Amino acid sequence: MAVYSEKVMDHFANPRNVGEITDPDGIGKVGNPQCGDVMWLYIKVKDNILTDIKFKTFGCGAAIATSSMITELAKGKTIEEAKVISRQDVANALEGLPPQKMHCSNLAADALREAIKDYEARQAARAGA
Amino acid sequence: MISSQRRRVYFDHSATTGVLPEVVEAMEPYFTERFGNASSIHSQGRDARAGLEDARKEVADLLNADPQEIVFTSGGTESDNLAVKGVATYKGKSKGHIITTVIEHHAILETCEFLKRYGIETTYLPVSHDGLLDPGAVERAIRNDTVLITVMTANNEIGTIQPIREIGAIARSRGIPFHTDAVQAIGKMQVDVKADNIDLLSLSAHKFHGPKGVGALYVRRGTKIEPIIHGGGQERGLRSSTQNVAGAVGLGRAATMAKRDLGQATERMRAIRDQLLMKVPETVPNSYVNGHLTRRLVNNAHFRFDFIEGESLVLQLDFKGIATSTGSACSTGSLEPSHVLLALGLTHEQAHGSLRVTLGRENTQEEADYLLEVLPEVVSKLRAISPFSAERPMGPGEGGGCVQ
Repeated sequence: MAVYSEKVMDHFANPRNVGEITDPDGIGKVGNPQCGDVMWLYIKVKDNILTDIKFKTFGCGAAIATSSMITELAKGKTIEEAKVISRQDVANALEGLPPQKMHCSNLAADALREAIKDYEARQAARAGA
Repeated sequence: MISSQRRRVYFDHSATTGVLPEVVEAMEPYFTERFGNASSIHSQGRDARAGLEDARKEVADLLNADPQEIVFTSGGTESDNLAVKGVATYKGKSKGHIITTVIEHHAILETCEFLKRYGIETTYLPVSHDGLLDPGAVERAIRNDTVLITVMTANNEIGTIQPIREIGAIARSRGIPFHTDAVQAIGKMQVDVKADNIDLLSLSAHKFHGPKGVGALYVRRGTKIEPIIHGGGQERGLRSSTQNVAGAVGLGRAATMAKRDLGQATERMRAIRDQLLMKVPETVPNSYVNGHLTRRLVNNAHFRFDFIEGESLVLQLDFKGIATSTGSACSTGSLEPSHVLLALGLTHEQAHGSLRVTLGRENTQEEADYLLEVLPEVVSKLRAISPFSAERPMGPGEGGGCVQ
């Protein structure tokens, strides 16, 4: 059993921004149920700023805590600022993750990038239409 | 009603158990006044030797063995290593064949894997969807060069009890040594090495209220086996190293207590456990029992819950004061979920959502009621976070491997 930092346990016990956004501007879905970690991230964007962000996660303590943490790190940021949030940034903000969790359960930064990619694709489609 | 947060409920007895006060009391003199080396000829040495030999008799009595057939070791893993390596490589053999199952403990599986590099092959027999081995499959797997059959008495995850008496009889009739890892079974069921046709048996003290770091291997007289630890020739040459006298004394006393309390303790555990097996699937939607309903250890309940992951569940229950465990990959640091659960035919997704509840002699009905009270709430809390539900089930994984 992994030993988690207090910060991880706090975000696991009281996850922030759990849920779905009914009309999101972007969705990021990462992970694989076979591997035990799946994360769906929903974003709302106004004037290039992430005004709302919510998640649903299937996974271990680290998967849920990193999901919760990324919503706190990204909310209120510009798209450009949010894009550069890395897996390491998430881990650092949680005061570290057990080594074996750094890879398998640290998907939140990827989910955010996927959501932003989805948002940008929708924007491009709208501009093209 | 147990007030939450304060009181601790321990439902992880297959991981380890607490040491009984009688066991601590028996061990204590062997740290202080009877500290001698059991191989020394003087008075202190003889005192230690007397304690060691009394303990050997206590362990033998539990198994219906002779004291000379008990070898003290450092625990279950060493006993398994000694049995498999010691028999398979006897007199420098570098060919041969072992029969085992896919659901053995890693102490067996990894040892067989290790022996592959010395030219020893292993057949890993599958089990049924409820975790049982067909003795006929053992018979069919026997080859001319089979040197060992090793099948666990009871599984460490799902608690299923294998037909070891039948398997032992098959092995005996073909003249092949039969080893069983009884680490989880001891203290929860009767094991009789003579009636069960066992040639080698591994046990570990800390699984039945003895100390950690000590165990034993039963070796039936006449079994061809070599040591894996070489040195001063203690334990009739099978396990060199100054004996852990205090540990052995603790193991001996734990064995005596296990023998004395077997019927009474097991019936109590069975009653509470049966209720869990029945009520959990009733009270939690989309939950199931893993493993055979009756052919399992009296203290083992094993469940799986759709749409959530096991480690999260163990952590949430821990917040409520309840200690349990899981076969989820996420709790072990490996990417693969439990090999035992996969062997039952569960998908990776299903195996990830499993929970093991293992009772001990001191658990009460009230504690089981408390688990039944908090479990539905904790499962719903995690399902509220999960993207999956009965309306939106988990599809097969889109990705390939799990290595990121």
